[in-house]
Amino acid sequence: MKGKQLGLKKISNQLFFTGPTLIFFSIALLIPFLYGLFLSFTNMTSPISPMELAGLDSYRTAFQDVKFWSSMWLTIKYVAATIVLVNVVGFTLAYLVTSGIKGQNFFRAAFFTPNLIGGLVLGYIWQFIFVQSMPQIGEKLGFEILRLGWLGDEQLAFWAVVIVTIWQSSGYLMIIFIAGIVSVPRDIIEASTIDGVTTMRRLRSIVLPMMVPSFVVTVFLTLKNSFMVYDLNLSLTNGGPFDSTKMVSMHVVQKGLIESNYSVGQAQAIVLFVIVAVITGLQVYFSKKLEVEA
Amino acid sequence: MVEKQKTLTSTIVFTFLVMALIVFAFPFFLLIINSFKSNGEILQSPFSLPNSYSFDQFVMAIEKMNFVVTIFNSLIITLLSTVFILLFSGMAAYYIVRVKSKFNNILFAILVASMIIPFQSIMIPLINIYGSKLQWIDSAPIPLLIALNIGFGGSLSVFIFHGFIKSIPFELEEAASIDGSTPKQTFFKIILPILMPTSVTIGILNVMWLWNDYLLPSLILNNEALYTLPIQMKVFNGTYMNNWELLIPAILLTILPILVFYLIGQRMIIEGITQGSVK
Repeated sequence: MKGKQLGLKKISNQLFFTGPTLIFFSIALLIPFLYGLFLSFTNMTSPISPMELAGLDSYRTAFQDVKFWSSMWLTIKYVAATIVLVNVVGFTLAYLVTSGIKGQNFFRAAFFTPNLIGGLVLGYIWQFIFVQSMPQIGEKLGFEILRLGWLGDEQLAFWAVVIVTIWQSSGYLMIIFIAGIVSVPRDIIEASTIDGVTTMRRLRSIVLPMMVPSFVVTVFLTLKNSFMVYDLNLSLTNGGPFDSTKMVSMHVVQKGLIESNYSVGQAQAIVLFVIVAVITGLQVYFSKKLEVEA
Repeated sequence: MVEKQKTLTSTIVFTFLVMALIVFAFPFFLLIINSFKSNGEILQSPFSLPNSYSFDQFVMAIEKMNFVVTIFNSLIITLLSTVFILLFSGMAAYYIVRVKSKFNNILFAILVASMIIPFQSIMIPLINIYGSKLQWIDSAPIPLLIALNIGFGGSLSVFIFHGFIKSIPFELEEAASIDGSTPKQTFFKIILPILMPTSVTIGILNVMWLWNDYLLPSLILNNEALYTLPIQMKVFNGTYMNNWELLIPAILLTILPILVFYLIGQRMIIEGITQGSVK
Protein backbone atom coordinates (compact mmCIF):
# COMPACT_ATOMS: atom_id res chain seq x y z
CA MET A 1 0.00 0.00 0.00
CA LYS A 2 2.68 2.41 1.05
CA GLY A 3 4.93 1.27 -1.80
CA LYS A 4 2.20 1.96 -4.32
CA GLN A 5 1.65 5.45 -2.95
CA LEU A 6 5.35 6.16 -3.13
CA GLY A 7 5.37 4.98 -6.73
CA LEU A 8 2.47 7.28 -7.61
CA LYS A 9 4.21 10.19 -5.96
CA LYS A 10 7.31 9.47 -7.98
CA ILE A 11 5.37 9.43 -11.24
CA SER A 12 3.59 12.65 -10.34
CA ASN A 13 6.92 14.33 -9.58
CA GLN A 14 8.43 13.02 -12.80
CA LEU A 15 5.51 14.43 -14.77
CA PHE A 16 5.58 17.73 -12.95
CA PHE A 17 9.31 18.37 -13.42
CA THR A 18 10.10 16.84 -16.79
CA GLY A 19 6.61 16.79 -18.35
CA PRO A 20 6.59 20.33 -19.78
CA THR A 21 10.03 19.98 -21.36
CA LEU A 22 9.07 16.60 -22.77
CA ILE A 23 5.81 17.91 -24.24
CA PHE A 24 7.31 20.98 -25.92
CA PHE A 25 10.32 19.01 -27.10
CA SER A 26 7.96 16.51 -28.70
CA ILE A 27 5.83 19.20 -30.33
CA ALA A 28 8.77 21.09 -31.77
CA LEU A 29 11.38 18.45 -32.48
CA LEU A 30 10.64 14.82 -31.80
CA ILE A 31 7.33 14.39 -33.62
CA PRO A 32 8.26 16.59 -36.62
CA PHE A 33 11.61 14.82 -36.94
CA LEU A 34 10.07 11.33 -36.94
CA TYR A 35 7.21 12.45 -39.16
CA GLY A 36 9.76 14.02 -41.51
CA LEU A 37 11.62 10.74 -41.71
CA PHE A 38 8.36 9.06 -42.68
CA LEU A 39 7.52 11.85 -45.13
CA SER A 40 10.77 11.26 -47.00
CA PHE A 41 9.62 7.73 -47.85
CA THR A 42 6.37 8.94 -49.44
CA ASN A 43 5.64 10.74 -52.69
CA MET A 44 3.83 13.71 -51.17
CA THR A 45 4.34 16.93 -53.09
CA SER A 46 2.08 19.54 -51.49
CA PRO A 47 -0.19 19.78 -48.47
CA ILE A 48 -3.27 18.81 -50.46
CA SER A 49 -1.77 15.97 -52.46
CA PRO A 50 -2.39 12.37 -51.30
CA MET A 51 0.36 10.65 -49.37
CA GLU A 52 1.48 7.23 -50.54
CA LEU A 53 4.46 5.22 -49.51
CA ALA A 54 7.03 5.28 -52.28
CA GLY A 55 10.04 3.58 -50.77
CA LEU A 56 13.29 5.25 -51.76
CA ASP A 57 11.84 7.19 -54.70
CA SER A 58 12.28 10.59 -53.05
CA TYR A 59 15.86 9.79 -52.15
CA ARG A 60 16.56 8.68 -55.69
CA THR A 61 15.17 11.96 -57.05
CA ALA A 62 16.97 13.88 -54.33
CA PHE A 63 20.31 12.30 -55.20
CA GLN A 64 19.83 12.95 -58.90
CA ASP A 65 19.16 16.63 -58.28
CA VAL A 66 22.30 18.29 -59.64
CA LYS A 67 21.46 21.60 -58.02
CA PHE A 68 21.25 19.95 -54.62
CA TRP A 69 24.81 18.69 -54.93
CA SER A 70 26.16 21.96 -56.28
CA SER A 71 24.57 23.82 -53.35
CA MET A 72 25.99 21.20 -50.97
CA TRP A 73 29.47 21.53 -52.45
CA LEU A 74 29.24 25.32 -52.18
CA THR A 75 28.15 24.99 -48.56
CA ILE A 76 31.11 22.74 -47.81
CA LYS A 77 33.47 25.33 -49.32
CA TYR A 78 31.77 28.01 -47.24
CA VAL A 79 32.04 25.87 -44.10
CA ALA A 80 35.76 25.28 -44.73
CA ALA A 81 36.47 28.95 -45.39
CA THR A 82 34.56 30.20 -42.36
CA ILE A 83 35.95 27.58 -39.95
CA VAL A 84 39.49 28.66 -40.76
CA LEU A 85 38.98 32.40 -41.05
CA VAL A 86 36.52 32.97 -38.21
CA ASN A 87 38.69 30.94 -35.84
CA VAL A 88 41.90 32.69 -36.87
CA VAL A 89 40.38 36.17 -36.55
CA GLY A 90 38.59 35.26 -33.32
CA PHE A 91 41.72 33.81 -31.76
CA THR A 92 43.92 36.71 -32.85
CA LEU A 93 41.50 39.20 -31.34
CA ALA A 94 41.26 37.16 -28.13
CA TYR A 95 45.05 36.90 -27.86
CA LEU A 96 45.49 40.63 -28.32
CA VAL A 97 42.76 41.72 -25.92
CA THR A 98 44.18 39.53 -23.16
CA SER A 99 47.69 40.96 -23.44
CA GLY A 100 46.97 43.50 -20.71
CA ILE A 101 46.55 46.40 -23.11
CA LYS A 102 44.78 49.59 -22.07
CA GLY A 103 41.03 49.54 -22.71
CA GLN A 104 40.88 45.83 -23.44
CA ASN A 105 37.39 45.52 -22.00
CA PHE A 106 36.19 48.20 -24.38
CA PHE A 107 37.74 46.35 -27.33
CA ARG A 108 36.14 43.09 -26.26
CA ALA A 109 32.70 44.68 -26.01
CA ALA A 110 33.10 46.39 -29.39
CA PHE A 111 34.24 43.29 -31.30
CA PHE A 112 31.30 41.37 -29.94
CA THR A 113 28.67 43.90 -31.04
CA PRO A 114 27.99 42.59 -34.60
CA ASN A 115 26.95 39.30 -33.06
CA LEU A 116 23.85 40.86 -31.58
CA ILE A 117 22.42 41.59 -34.99
CA GLY A 118 20.55 38.83 -36.72
CA GLY A 119 21.77 37.41 -40.03
CA LEU A 120 18.87 38.88 -41.95
CA VAL A 121 19.41 42.52 -40.98
CA LEU A 122 23.16 42.02 -41.26
CA GLY A 123 22.71 41.10 -44.90
CA TYR A 124 20.89 44.36 -45.62
CA ILE A 125 23.56 46.38 -43.83
CA TRP A 126 26.28 44.84 -45.94
CA GLN A 127 24.27 45.13 -49.11
CA PHE A 128 24.55 48.84 -48.61
CA ILE A 129 28.30 48.53 -48.22
CA PHE A 130 28.91 46.22 -51.14
CA VAL A 131 26.46 47.87 -53.52
CA GLN A 132 26.60 51.55 -52.59
CA SER A 133 29.80 52.25 -50.73
CA MET A 134 32.64 50.04 -51.86
CA PRO A 135 32.45 50.94 -55.56
CA GLN A 136 32.73 54.60 -54.55
CA ILE A 137 35.89 54.00 -52.52
CA GLY A 138 37.29 52.02 -55.44
CA GLU A 139 36.51 54.87 -57.78
CA LYS A 140 38.20 57.45 -55.58
CA LEU A 141 41.26 55.46 -54.62
CA GLY A 142 41.61 53.66 -57.93
CA PHE A 143 41.37 50.15 -56.47
CA GLU A 144 39.92 48.00 -59.21
CA ILE A 145 38.89 45.21 -56.82
CA LEU A 146 36.67 47.57 -54.80
CA ARG A 147 35.07 49.13 -57.85
CA LEU A 148 33.50 45.89 -58.97
CA GLY A 149 30.05 45.21 -57.66
CA TRP A 150 30.89 42.26 -55.44
CA LEU A 151 27.36 40.96 -55.16
CA GLY A 152 26.99 40.84 -58.94
CA ASP A 153 30.08 38.71 -59.47
CA GLU A 154 29.82 34.94 -59.02
CA GLN A 155 33.22 34.52 -57.35
CA LEU A 156 33.23 37.69 -55.30
CA ALA A 157 29.66 37.23 -54.05
CA PHE A 158 30.74 34.03 -52.31
CA TRP A 159 33.57 35.85 -50.56
CA ALA A 160 31.19 38.64 -49.64
CA VAL A 161 29.12 36.11 -47.69
CA VAL A 162 32.30 34.78 -46.05
CA ILE A 163 33.48 38.28 -45.08
CA VAL A 164 30.16 39.17 -43.47
CA THR A 165 30.25 35.89 -41.56
CA ILE A 166 33.70 36.74 -40.21
CA TRP A 167 32.49 40.18 -39.22
CA GLN A 168 29.51 38.68 -37.44
CA SER A 169 30.95 35.62 -35.71
CA SER A 170 34.56 36.25 -34.80
CA GLY A 171 33.56 38.35 -31.78
CA TYR A 172 31.57 35.44 -30.42
CA LEU A 173 34.48 33.04 -30.78
CA MET A 174 36.77 35.68 -29.28
CA ILE A 175 34.75 35.53 -26.04
CA ILE A 176 35.14 31.75 -25.90
CA PHE A 177 38.87 31.97 -26.63
CA ILE A 178 39.33 34.62 -23.94
CA ALA A 179 37.91 32.19 -21.38
CA GLY A 180 40.41 29.60 -22.60
CA ILE A 181 43.42 31.93 -22.57
CA VAL A 182 42.60 33.25 -19.11
CA SER A 183 42.50 29.71 -17.78
CA VAL A 184 46.08 28.94 -18.88
CA PRO A 185 47.92 28.82 -15.52
CA ARG A 186 49.90 32.00 -14.85
CA ASP A 187 52.92 30.19 -13.38
CA ILE A 188 53.57 28.31 -16.62
CA ILE A 189 53.57 31.58 -18.56
CA GLU A 190 55.82 33.23 -15.99
CA ALA A 191 58.21 30.29 -15.94
CA SER A 192 58.51 30.44 -19.71
CA THR A 193 59.14 34.20 -19.60
CA ILE A 194 61.95 33.71 -17.11
CA ASP A 195 63.41 30.98 -19.32
CA GLY A 196 63.48 33.54 -22.14
CA VAL A 197 60.99 31.85 -24.43
CA THR A 198 59.88 34.09 -27.30
CA THR A 199 56.28 35.20 -27.67
CA MET A 200 55.73 33.14 -30.82
CA ARG A 201 57.23 30.06 -29.27
CA ARG A 202 55.15 30.49 -26.15
CA LEU A 203 52.04 30.79 -28.24
CA ARG A 204 52.83 27.67 -30.22
CA SER A 205 54.14 25.41 -27.48
CA ILE A 206 52.15 26.46 -24.45
CA VAL A 207 49.05 28.51 -25.18
CA LEU A 208 47.73 26.74 -28.29
CA PRO A 209 47.99 23.18 -26.92
CA MET A 210 46.20 24.24 -23.77
CA MET A 211 43.48 25.86 -25.85
CA VAL A 212 42.38 22.64 -27.54
CA PRO A 213 39.17 22.41 -25.44
CA SER A 214 38.20 25.91 -26.60
CA PHE A 215 38.87 24.98 -30.21
CA VAL A 216 36.65 21.92 -29.87
CA VAL A 217 33.78 24.24 -28.94
CA THR A 218 34.51 26.96 -31.51
CA VAL A 219 35.02 24.59 -34.43
CA PHE A 220 31.83 22.77 -33.49
CA LEU A 221 29.90 26.05 -33.38
CA THR A 222 31.22 27.35 -36.69
CA LEU A 223 30.69 23.98 -38.33
CA LYS A 224 27.07 23.79 -37.22
CA ASN A 225 26.19 27.44 -37.89
CA SER A 226 27.85 27.52 -41.31
CA PHE A 227 26.16 24.35 -42.49
CA MET A 228 22.78 25.81 -41.62
CA VAL A 229 23.33 29.37 -42.85
CA TYR A 230 20.14 30.78 -44.31
CA ASP A 231 19.14 34.27 -43.14
CA LEU A 232 22.35 35.97 -44.23
CA ASN A 233 22.33 34.06 -47.50
CA LEU A 234 18.76 35.19 -48.16
CA SER A 235 19.21 38.86 -47.39
CA LEU A 236 22.71 39.47 -48.75
CA THR A 237 22.68 37.68 -52.09
CA ASN A 238 19.40 35.73 -52.20
CA GLY A 239 21.46 32.95 -53.76
CA GLY A 240 22.48 35.10 -56.70
CA PRO A 241 23.94 35.91 -59.10
CA PHE A 242 22.67 32.89 -61.08
CA ASP A 243 22.43 30.65 -58.01
CA SER A 244 26.18 30.99 -57.50
CA THR A 245 25.80 31.58 -53.76
CA LYS A 246 22.80 29.39 -53.08
CA MET A 247 23.66 27.32 -50.02
CA VAL A 248 22.05 24.01 -49.21
CA SER A 249 19.55 25.37 -46.66
CA MET A 250 18.16 27.76 -49.20
CA HIS A 251 17.97 24.99 -51.75
CA VAL A 252 15.95 22.82 -49.34
CA VAL A 253 13.58 25.67 -48.51
CA GLN A 254 12.99 26.31 -52.20
CA LYS A 255 12.66 22.66 -53.15
CA GLY A 256 10.27 21.78 -50.37
CA LEU A 257 8.19 24.87 -49.80
CA ILE A 258 8.41 27.10 -52.85
CA GLU A 259 8.55 24.48 -55.61
CA SER A 260 6.12 22.45 -53.50
CA ASN A 261 7.98 19.18 -53.53
CA TYR A 262 7.60 18.03 -49.93
CA SER A 263 8.99 14.53 -50.05
CA VAL A 264 12.04 15.32 -52.18
CA GLY A 265 12.82 18.46 -50.17
CA GLN A 266 12.45 16.44 -47.00
CA ALA A 267 14.71 13.67 -48.29
CA GLN A 268 17.37 16.29 -49.05
CA ALA A 269 16.90 17.76 -45.57
CA ILE A 270 17.48 14.31 -44.07
CA VAL A 271 20.65 13.92 -46.16
CA LEU A 272 21.78 17.31 -44.84
CA PHE A 273 21.07 16.15 -41.28
CA VAL A 274 23.09 12.96 -41.76
CA ILE A 275 26.04 14.88 -43.21
CA VAL A 276 26.01 17.44 -40.38
CA ALA A 277 25.63 14.72 -37.74
CA VAL A 278 28.49 12.63 -39.13
CA ILE A 279 30.89 15.57 -39.57
CA THR A 280 30.21 17.13 -36.14
CA GLY A 281 30.36 13.69 -34.54
CA LEU A 282 33.75 12.96 -36.12
CA GLN A 283 35.00 16.42 -35.23
CA VAL A 284 34.11 16.07 -31.55
CA TYR A 285 35.43 12.50 -31.40
CA PHE A 286 38.81 13.31 -32.93
CA SER A 287 39.35 16.57 -31.12
CA LYS A 288 38.54 14.93 -27.79
CA LYS A 289 41.32 12.47 -28.57
CA LEU A 290 43.67 15.33 -29.33
CA GLU A 291 42.70 16.90 -26.03
CA VAL A 292 43.83 13.85 -24.07
CA GLU A 293 47.17 13.73 -25.82
CA ALA A 294 47.89 17.43 -25.53
CA MET B 1 65.85 47.45 -22.50
CA VAL B 2 63.17 44.86 -21.79
CA GLU B 3 60.82 47.63 -20.67
CA LYS B 4 61.36 49.48 -23.91
CA GLN B 5 60.60 46.37 -25.92
CA LYS B 6 57.45 45.85 -23.90
CA THR B 7 56.11 49.33 -24.63
CA LEU B 8 56.93 48.84 -28.31
CA THR B 9 54.99 45.58 -28.45
CA SER B 10 52.01 47.06 -26.68
CA THR B 11 52.04 50.04 -29.02
CA ILE B 12 51.93 47.70 -32.00
CA VAL B 13 49.15 45.65 -30.40
CA PHE B 14 47.21 48.79 -29.58
CA THR B 15 47.54 50.15 -33.13
CA PHE B 16 46.43 46.85 -34.56
CA LEU B 17 43.40 46.73 -32.27
CA VAL B 18 42.40 50.26 -33.17
CA MET B 19 42.60 49.34 -36.85
CA ALA B 20 40.47 46.26 -36.25
CA LEU B 21 38.03 48.42 -34.33
CA ILE B 22 37.71 50.78 -37.29
CA VAL B 23 36.94 47.84 -39.56
CA PHE B 24 34.36 46.50 -37.10
CA ALA B 25 32.70 49.84 -36.45
CA PHE B 26 32.77 51.15 -40.01
CA PRO B 27 29.43 49.64 -41.11
CA PHE B 28 27.68 51.18 -38.11
CA PHE B 29 29.30 54.53 -38.81
CA LEU B 30 28.18 54.40 -42.44
CA LEU B 31 24.61 53.58 -41.46
CA ILE B 32 24.40 56.41 -38.98
CA ILE B 33 25.76 59.14 -41.25
CA ASN B 34 23.60 58.02 -44.15
CA SER B 35 20.43 57.74 -42.13
CA PHE B 36 20.00 61.51 -42.26
CA LYS B 37 20.54 61.88 -46.00
CA SER B 38 18.24 61.89 -48.98
CA ASN B 39 18.56 59.28 -51.72
CA GLY B 40 20.42 61.70 -53.95
CA GLU B 41 22.96 62.51 -51.26
CA ILE B 42 23.45 58.84 -50.38
CA LEU B 43 24.16 57.86 -53.98
CA GLN B 44 26.48 60.76 -54.62
CA SER B 45 28.58 60.69 -51.46
CA PRO B 46 27.96 57.87 -49.01
CA PHE B 47 31.04 58.82 -46.97
CA SER B 48 30.44 62.48 -46.31
CA LEU B 49 28.73 63.77 -43.22
CA PRO B 50 25.11 64.75 -43.78
CA ASN B 51 24.40 68.38 -44.73
CA SER B 52 21.57 68.61 -42.27
CA TYR B 53 20.19 66.47 -39.49
CA SER B 54 16.50 65.78 -39.72
CA PHE B 55 14.55 62.85 -38.36
CA ASP B 56 11.90 62.96 -41.08
CA GLN B 57 13.05 59.69 -42.63
CA PHE B 58 13.00 58.00 -39.25
CA VAL B 59 9.43 59.14 -38.67
CA MET B 60 8.45 57.90 -42.10
CA ALA B 61 10.15 54.52 -41.55
CA ILE B 62 8.44 54.15 -38.16
CA GLU B 63 5.08 54.71 -39.81
CA LYS B 64 5.67 52.56 -42.88
CA MET B 65 7.07 49.56 -41.05
CA ASN B 66 4.38 49.76 -38.39
CA PHE B 67 7.21 49.94 -35.90
CA VAL B 68 5.25 50.19 -32.65
CA VAL B 69 3.14 47.10 -33.33
CA THR B 70 6.10 45.19 -34.73
CA ILE B 71 8.40 45.82 -31.79
CA PHE B 72 5.57 44.90 -29.43
CA ASN B 73 5.15 41.55 -31.22
CA SER B 74 8.88 40.88 -31.02
CA LEU B 75 8.90 41.74 -27.32
CA ILE B 76 5.93 39.55 -26.41
CA ILE B 77 7.22 36.54 -28.32
CA THR B 78 10.79 36.87 -27.04
CA LEU B 79 9.82 37.48 -23.41
CA LEU B 80 7.17 34.80 -23.07
CA SER B 81 9.31 32.20 -24.84
CA THR B 82 12.32 33.01 -22.65
CA VAL B 83 10.39 32.89 -19.36
CA PHE B 84 8.87 29.51 -20.16
CA ILE B 85 12.15 28.09 -21.46
CA LEU B 86 13.87 29.09 -18.21
CA LEU B 87 11.17 27.73 -15.92
CA PHE B 88 10.62 24.41 -17.67
CA SER B 89 14.24 23.63 -18.43
CA GLY B 90 15.30 24.56 -14.90
CA MET B 91 12.71 22.14 -13.52
CA ALA B 92 13.69 19.37 -15.89
CA ALA B 93 17.42 19.81 -15.30
CA TYR B 94 16.90 19.74 -11.52
CA TYR B 95 14.96 16.50 -11.68
CA ILE B 96 17.41 14.88 -14.11
CA VAL B 97 20.36 15.71 -11.85
CA ARG B 98 18.73 14.71 -8.55
CA VAL B 99 16.79 11.61 -9.55
CA LYS B 100 19.07 9.10 -11.19
CA SER B 101 16.93 6.84 -13.33
CA LYS B 102 17.19 5.21 -16.70
CA PHE B 103 14.36 7.36 -18.02
CA ASN B 104 16.10 10.56 -16.97
CA ASN B 105 19.41 9.45 -18.46
CA ILE B 106 17.78 8.67 -21.79
CA LEU B 107 15.82 11.94 -21.74
CA PHE B 108 18.99 13.92 -21.15
CA ALA B 109 20.87 12.06 -23.89
CA ILE B 110 18.08 12.70 -26.40
CA LEU B 111 17.90 16.38 -25.51
CA VAL B 112 21.66 16.82 -25.98
CA ALA B 113 21.72 14.81 -29.21
CA SER B 114 18.83 16.85 -30.64
CA MET B 115 21.01 19.94 -30.71
CA ILE B 116 22.61 18.88 -33.99
CA ILE B 117 19.30 18.58 -35.86
CA PRO B 118 19.27 21.29 -38.52
CA PHE B 119 16.08 23.33 -38.53
CA GLN B 120 15.68 22.60 -42.24
CA SER B 121 15.09 18.93 -41.58
CA ILE B 122 11.98 19.58 -39.49
CA MET B 123 10.69 22.63 -41.31
CA ILE B 124 8.55 20.85 -43.89
CA PRO B 125 6.96 18.51 -41.30
CA LEU B 126 6.21 21.53 -39.09
CA ILE B 127 4.34 23.25 -41.90
CA ASN B 128 2.56 20.06 -42.81
CA ILE B 129 1.47 19.14 -39.26
CA TYR B 130 0.65 22.55 -37.82
CA GLY B 131 -0.32 24.27 -41.05
CA SER B 132 -2.40 21.85 -43.10
CA LYS B 133 -3.35 19.09 -40.65
CA LEU B 134 -4.05 20.85 -37.35
CA GLN B 135 -4.33 24.36 -38.84
CA TRP B 136 -2.82 25.95 -35.73
CA ILE B 137 -0.87 28.31 -37.96
CA ASP B 138 -4.20 29.92 -38.84
CA SER B 139 -6.02 29.55 -35.54
CA ALA B 140 -3.32 30.27 -32.96
CA PRO B 141 -0.06 31.45 -34.56
CA ILE B 142 1.46 33.23 -31.55
CA PRO B 143 0.89 30.43 -29.00
CA LEU B 144 2.15 27.93 -31.58
CA LEU B 145 5.31 29.95 -32.21
CA ILE B 146 5.97 30.28 -28.48
CA ALA B 147 5.39 26.56 -27.95
CA LEU B 148 7.86 25.71 -30.73
CA ASN B 149 10.38 28.20 -29.34
CA ILE B 150 10.14 26.50 -25.94
CA GLY B 151 10.77 23.17 -27.62
CA PHE B 152 13.77 24.42 -29.62
CA GLY B 153 15.32 26.38 -26.76
CA GLY B 154 14.81 23.66 -24.17
CA SER B 155 17.73 21.39 -25.06
CA LEU B 156 20.59 23.84 -24.69
CA SER B 157 19.03 25.40 -21.59
CA VAL B 158 18.54 22.04 -19.86
CA PHE B 159 22.15 21.23 -20.75
CA ILE B 160 23.57 24.39 -19.17
CA PHE B 161 21.30 24.21 -16.09
CA HIS B 162 22.31 20.55 -15.71
CA GLY B 163 25.97 21.50 -15.51
CA PHE B 164 25.25 24.16 -12.91
CA ILE B 165 22.86 22.18 -10.69
CA LYS B 166 25.42 19.37 -10.44
CA SER B 167 27.66 21.79 -8.55
CA ILE B 168 25.03 22.73 -5.94
CA PRO B 169 25.79 20.84 -2.70
CA PHE B 170 23.14 18.27 -1.89
CA GLU B 171 23.21 19.00 1.88
CA LEU B 172 20.91 22.00 1.46
CA GLU B 173 18.11 19.91 0.03
CA GLU B 174 18.75 17.07 2.43
CA ALA B 175 18.11 19.31 5.38
CA ALA B 176 14.91 20.54 3.76
CA SER B 177 13.64 17.08 2.99
CA ILE B 178 14.26 15.98 6.60
CA ASP B 179 12.09 18.91 7.62
CA GLY B 180 9.33 17.41 5.49
CA SER B 181 9.60 19.57 2.37
CA THR B 182 8.37 17.90 -0.84
CA PRO B 183 10.52 18.00 -4.00
CA LYS B 184 8.29 20.71 -5.46
CA GLN B 185 8.63 22.91 -2.38
CA THR B 186 12.38 22.28 -2.30
CA PHE B 187 12.69 23.32 -5.93
CA PHE B 188 10.72 26.54 -5.68
CA LYS B 189 11.94 27.64 -2.24
CA ILE B 190 15.58 26.57 -2.28
CA ILE B 191 16.80 25.74 -5.78
CA LEU B 192 15.04 28.40 -7.84
CA PRO B 193 16.66 31.33 -5.96
CA ILE B 194 20.08 29.71 -6.36
CA LEU B 195 19.44 29.31 -10.09
CA MET B 196 18.74 33.02 -10.61
CA PRO B 197 22.23 34.12 -11.78
CA THR B 198 22.48 31.15 -14.17
CA SER B 199 18.98 31.93 -15.40
CA VAL B 200 20.12 35.41 -16.38
CA THR B 201 22.94 33.84 -18.41
CA ILE B 202 20.72 31.32 -20.14
CA GLY B 203 18.00 33.94 -20.59
CA ILE B 204 20.41 36.20 -22.44
CA LEU B 205 21.51 33.41 -24.77
CA ASN B 206 17.87 32.73 -25.58
CA VAL B 207 16.90 36.38 -26.02
CA MET B 208 19.69 36.90 -28.58
CA TRP B 209 18.49 33.99 -30.65
CA LEU B 210 14.74 34.62 -30.32
CA TRP B 211 14.90 38.34 -31.04
CA ASN B 212 16.75 37.77 -34.31
CA ASP B 213 15.04 34.57 -35.40
CA TYR B 214 13.63 34.82 -38.91
CA LEU B 215 12.89 31.55 -40.69
CA LEU B 216 10.54 29.89 -38.19
CA PRO B 217 8.51 33.05 -37.39
CA SER B 218 8.27 33.86 -41.10
CA LEU B 219 6.66 30.46 -41.73
CA ILE B 220 4.13 30.84 -38.92
CA LEU B 221 3.21 34.52 -38.78
CA ASN B 222 1.39 35.14 -42.03
CA ASN B 223 -0.65 38.06 -40.84
CA GLU B 224 0.96 41.49 -41.16
CA ALA B 225 -0.36 42.51 -37.74
CA LEU B 226 1.72 39.75 -36.14
CA TYR B 227 5.06 40.38 -37.88
CA THR B 228 8.21 40.52 -35.77
CA LEU B 229 11.08 42.91 -36.52
CA PRO B 230 13.11 40.59 -38.81
CA ILE B 231 10.04 39.64 -40.87
CA GLN B 232 8.99 43.27 -41.16
CA MET B 233 12.54 44.18 -42.25
CA LYS B 234 12.42 41.55 -44.99
CA VAL B 235 9.04 42.74 -46.25
CA PHE B 236 10.11 46.36 -46.00
CA ASN B 237 13.23 45.65 -48.04
CA GLY B 238 11.10 44.01 -50.69
CA THR B 239 8.81 47.02 -50.93
CA TYR B 240 11.46 49.72 -50.83
CA MET B 241 14.23 47.99 -52.76
CA ASN B 242 17.22 50.34 -53.10
CA ASN B 243 15.28 53.15 -51.47
CA TRP B 244 18.11 53.67 -49.00
CA GLU B 245 16.78 56.87 -47.43
CA LEU B 246 14.00 54.74 -45.93
CA LEU B 247 15.87 51.44 -45.62
CA ILE B 248 18.76 52.76 -43.55
CA PRO B 249 16.58 54.35 -40.86
CA ALA B 250 14.55 51.12 -40.83
CA ILE B 251 17.71 49.05 -40.32
CA LEU B 252 18.87 51.33 -37.52
CA LEU B 253 15.48 51.18 -35.82
CA THR B 254 15.53 47.39 -36.05
CA ILE B 255 18.95 47.00 -34.44
CA LEU B 256 18.51 49.76 -31.86
CA PRO B 257 16.58 47.75 -29.22
CA ILE B 258 19.13 44.94 -29.07
CA LEU B 259 22.02 47.41 -28.97
CA VAL B 260 20.40 49.21 -26.02
CA PHE B 261 19.91 45.84 -24.34
CA TYR B 262 23.62 45.15 -24.88
CA LEU B 263 24.66 48.53 -23.56
CA ILE B 264 22.74 47.95 -20.34
CA GLY B 265 23.59 44.32 -19.74
CA GLN B 266 26.97 44.16 -21.46
CA ARG B 267 28.89 42.64 -18.56
CA MET B 268 26.34 39.92 -17.95
CA ILE B 269 25.98 39.18 -21.65
CA ILE B 270 29.70 38.58 -22.16
CA GLU B 271 29.81 36.50 -18.98
CA GLY B 272 26.76 34.61 -20.19
CA ILE B 273 28.33 33.71 -23.52
CA THR B 274 31.47 32.53 -21.77
CA GLN B 275 29.62 30.27 -19.36
CA GLY B 276 27.18 29.05 -21.96
CA SER B 277 29.93 27.84 -24.25
CA VAL B 278 32.37 26.43 -21.75
CA LYS B 279 29.89 24.19 -19.96
